[in-house]
Amino acid sequence: MSDVAARPAPNLLANGWVKTGLILVGVVAAAILGARLDGSGTLYKIFIDPFEQMVSAPDLLVQTIWEGLVTGVLYALIALGFVLIFKASGVFNFAQGIMVVFAALTLVGLHEKGVPAFLAVILTLGVMFVLAVTIERVVLRPLVNQPDIILFMATFGITYFLIGFGESVFGGSPKQMIADQLYLPKGAIDLNILGGLVSLQKIDIAAAVIASIMIAALAVFFQYTRIGRALRAVADSHKAALSVGISLNQIWVIVWFTAGIVALITGIMWGARSDVSFALEIVALKALPVLILGGFTSIPGAIVGGLIIGIGEKMGEFYWGPLVGGGIESWLAYFIALGFLLVRPQGLFGDKIIERI
Amino acid sequence: MFYREAGQFKSTYTADMAVFPILQDRIGIAVILLLAFVGVPLIGNDFFTTTVMIPFLVFSLAAIGLNILTGYTGLVSLGTAAFMGVGAYSCYKMTTWWPDMNIIVLILVSGLFSAAIGVFFGLPSLRIKGFYLAVATLAAQFFLQWAFVRVPWLFNYNASGAIEVPLRTVFGVPITGATASPETRYFVCLCLVVVLTWLASNIVHGRIGRSWMAVRDMDIAAELMGIKLLNAKLLAFAVSSFYCGVAGAMMIFLWYGGGEAADVFNIRLSFNVLFMVIIGGLGSLIGSFFGAMFIAGLPTILKFGLPAIGIPLAGATAEHITFMLVGALIIFFLIVEPHGLARLWQIAKQKLRTWPFPY
Amino acid sequence: MKTTTLMKGAAIGALLAAGALVAPAQAQDSIYVANNAYRTGPFAGSGTPIGDGMRDYMAMLNARDGGIGGVKIVFEECETGYDTKKSIECYEQAKSKNTVIYSPWSTGATLAAIPRAHIDKIPILSMAYGLSASADGNAFPWVFIPPLTYWDGASIMVRHMAAELGGMDKLKGKKLGLIHLDAPYGKEPIPVLEALAKKYGFELKLYPVAAADMQNQGSLWLSIRRDRPDYLYNQGWGAMNPTAVKEAIKNNFPIAKLVGVWWAGGDDDARAGGPEAKGYKSLNFNAAGANFPVIQDIIKHVVDKGGSLAPKEKVGENLYNRGVYNSMLVAEAIRNAQIVSGKKVVTGEDVRRGLETLNITEARLKELGMEGFANPVKIACGDHSGHNKAYVAEWDGTKWTKKGDWMEPLKDEVRPLIEAAAKDYAEKNTGWPKRAEACEKSS
Repeated sequence: MSDVAARPAPNLLANGWVKTGLILVGVVAAAILGARLDGSGTLYKIFIDPFEQMVSAPDLLVQTIWEGLVTGVLYALIALGFVLIFKASGVFNFAQGIMVVFAALTLVGLHEKGVPAFLAVILTLGVMFVLAVTIERVVLRPLVNQPDIILFMATFGITYFLIGFGESVFGGSPKQMIADQLYLPKGAIDLNILGGLVSLQKIDIAAAVIASIMIAALAVFFQYTRIGRALRAVADSHKAALSVGISLNQIWVIVWFTAGIVALITGIMWGARSDVSFALEIVALKALPVLILGGFTSIPGAIVGGLIIGIGEKMGEFYWGPLVGGGIESWLAYFIALGFLLVRPQGLFGDKIIERI
Repeated sequence: MFYREAGQFKSTYTADMAVFPILQDRIGIAVILLLAFVGVPLIGNDFFTTTVMIPFLVFSLAAIGLNILTGYTGLVSLGTAAFMGVGAYSCYKMTTWWPDMNIIVLILVSGLFSAAIGVFFGLPSLRIKGFYLAVATLAAQFFLQWAFVRVPWLFNYNASGAIEVPLRTVFGVPITGATASPETRYFVCLCLVVVLTWLASNIVHGRIGRSWMAVRDMDIAAELMGIKLLNAKLLAFAVSSFYCGVAGAMMIFLWYGGGEAADVFNIRLSFNVLFMVIIGGLGSLIGSFFGAMFIAGLPTILKFGLPAIGIPLAGATAEHITFMLVGALIIFFLIVEPHGLARLWQIAKQKLRTWPFPY
Repeated sequence: MKTTTLMKGAAIGALLAAGALVAPAQAQDSIYVANNAYRTGPFAGSGTPIGDGMRDYMAMLNARDGGIGGVKIVFEECETGYDTKKSIECYEQAKSKNTVIYSPWSTGATLAAIPRAHIDKIPILSMAYGLSASADGNAFPWVFIPPLTYWDGASIMVRHMAAELGGMDKLKGKKLGLIHLDAPYGKEPIPVLEALAKKYGFELKLYPVAAADMQNQGSLWLSIRRDRPDYLYNQGWGAMNPTAVKEAIKNNFPIAKLVGVWWAGGDDDARAGGPEAKGYKSLNFNAAGANFPVIQDIIKHVVDKGGSLAPKEKVGENLYNRGVYNSMLVAEAIRNAQIVSGKKVVTGEDVRRGLETLNITEARLKELGMEGFANPVKIACGDHSGHNKAYVAEWDGTKWTKKGDWMEPLKDEVRPLIEAAAKDYAEKNTGWPKRAEACEKSS
């Protein structure tokens, strides 16, 4: 037995990073030099012009970064749901996106039926709990110990089922999120700074605050409670956890329920920004680059990843998108993530993959 | 009773290593081929041919392509639809470059373009593994799909961004275009699928296939045994993308007959092909066919078959029930047999050997 | 014999039987009308009210008049989920049941159906969507796109802009932004807007929205803030529209300068913006509201009897009425086909002739109970759209109201472009047939 992966990159300053950094600096320097010589040609547009724009209109720069920050937090929220489940059960939960839609629809649907807003939230949580129990009973328990890809496939079955079920119960038309009834703030704070207007939406601030509270709460929950420690034990090793008397089934229900809560909050936030419809499911795909960037198993990774992707794609789209006709947001996130991954194949904060023969 | 191999002796190694060592299997394949070539066109009407059989064949080929990558080499890819798209768009470009070339040759050649793109996007696989690789291939999916919309050269500067399928004939018979009959298109699809499946079967049973499976089971071990990972993985990407590319070209030219192609090759299609491979059986060619029938054919058959046999279901409700049913069936089959429909097929054959007197 | 083969054979046989059963079962005393709809999928929000409107108008004709010209209409909805694959299945089903007309209800479905229509002899009615070039009846005898095309719509947008600015000459130096779905549907108006921008000297800015980012338009609106366009034209669909309205409000873009194409004029689209969405505009060719005899008839004969899928308060919404309008065109085409052919039970061929000579006058609209609901529509042999008028509607906070007058598209600009595009289409589809169908004398 030998540890073949004996090319470790344990700390961030190991040679891989230094090398990459040096190469990047070299490329950028060469490009800037080229651009200067080029005058106002293509290279100029790529390497000089965007930065000049940033300096000449700092208000837009701040606004772009703020926009990226908020989107990043929202991406991180979706990614968080993935991470929770992946950590505890090794399942790559494709159904997280539809769970977001389902939770939000249940909330709005209940409210439409005349249930007061906060009671509806509690009832929705109840529904998510029932969903978690059902998934554990019907899907996970019979599939215990199967390869990852089979469990992944099973979550696709769940997705299909929830799409059909959700649409037949709530109908396909989009609904308005009950933001007012939940006392979510409206309107914007307009700041006249940097020679321009920077407008911060209150709902976005609320999203950032709520997401931070939630992440902190989850961190405390994982760190200091009995169940949290059990969760971490399960994440480390199913067998070891079983042998010290932790019930896997119970843990899975808790994890899926927690992911359900995260889904509900994500649904409320995204729903308040646009509306609640099945199209929201597509947004969940944006959480995937966040995941690989941060690492599948790391909660801080989801957050840092979300912020990098959010800010990166907004900046990219805003300053460089027009060069190729715009719309590059749809793939830029993946290339950013891919860039990081080539240097660090397990994501920024992911557990190191050790392979033995 | 009928399915016994008793009395069939092999006297050469070649016979022992044959893909179908049992006589009944060979007869079975012959009967299935006969049914496909003669039976289906005789019994099926246009509706059945165009909505069930042609999609089934196209998806089978795409699933075989992905199975080579995921099932045999162990590299999960979510960029299948994009590679199919490369096939479709390159076929379209070639029909404008060489209007006189045989369209079937063009469909096959378009696979080569797809293979080249596949190799390029396969490069990260040397460093990234598992689900990380799966998500990384999404970069290919989204980038290529964006390019299909945004690079006007690809669709000949067409105002609506759609690709048009021109009329092309082979020996005077229209193969593509509006005047091609469903039967002709079905025959062309069937021939392509049969030939390419035969080819795939030979590849995966040969030296290359074995090196892929070694990489799948443990790539570091395979490397130590002298398999060049770079070559094996990139070859898998190339062959897989070739199959997907041909399937994509078939999809637009022989099935859809033109239209909004960029939207067709979306992420959902990638997922669907992956699920065909998983539910059919990873690392099984016959499984690719089962998977294609299950994921692509089942919703259609449920949607149009149920009302036809008297179960009244209308519009949206039918769609919802179809979704729920397909979802439930996926979970059901995974629980019953996580190794896919191909394994169920094998078990059935095993049972048949001892039927009706199991010991 | 091998049992496995038998099993497989049996399975295939069963499938075949299921497929074969879908095959024709057309009764002689009814007319079969196939109609696509999408009540599922990401665009269900827009698709559902349209589907309800189409369905209810036909049900009302059957209940009130016993069909068209005494012949019952068998109206069947096929669910597409706005998915091209499913719409192809729907087309094949419609074909096998000998439909007299086919409404694809998505640009992708229309593009896929156009090459087949003239072979299968099924007229396609793509009401103000689909391929703008198909307005050229000489190249596309089987495709109809009344009352106007996206290109007409874009030209009306330019006219609206000029009218508000005070004349076509005032357009010079202005900036028009086009927010569009990054798909054939969204890209349709670009060529005509480019041509008009060149002619009238305004600047055109494009803001594409990928389908995956429909609800994630943050950076796009930042670009709009940077570029400061004077007007925005929104060629969006589904969840993209309410998001655009919300983002416009969020980014302090004057909402009155945001004009949607007619498909961006859903009640839910505007409602998403709350009270601040007041002033949002969209092009329209049908009136919203329930105060029309035709809608009242639908309520009386269908909705009140529990025959509708729509809740009563949604009847009369803009997109519902759009669906009613579509079914009205279908019904009028069939009625006209009965007159032209002299037959009661018409075929697809007859309906094509009926559509080609369709002339819905003001008087006929009144008979239909649609006075003030729509403008007259006239289709001709060479002109399959008619390039009819549209108006600008405004959201008053609770409902759509008529803001401007009925406006003619810039037909002189649009028509040559359409003919050039149609020629181009026929060239690229080598083997595209020359028109063999004779024009009606009466038209």
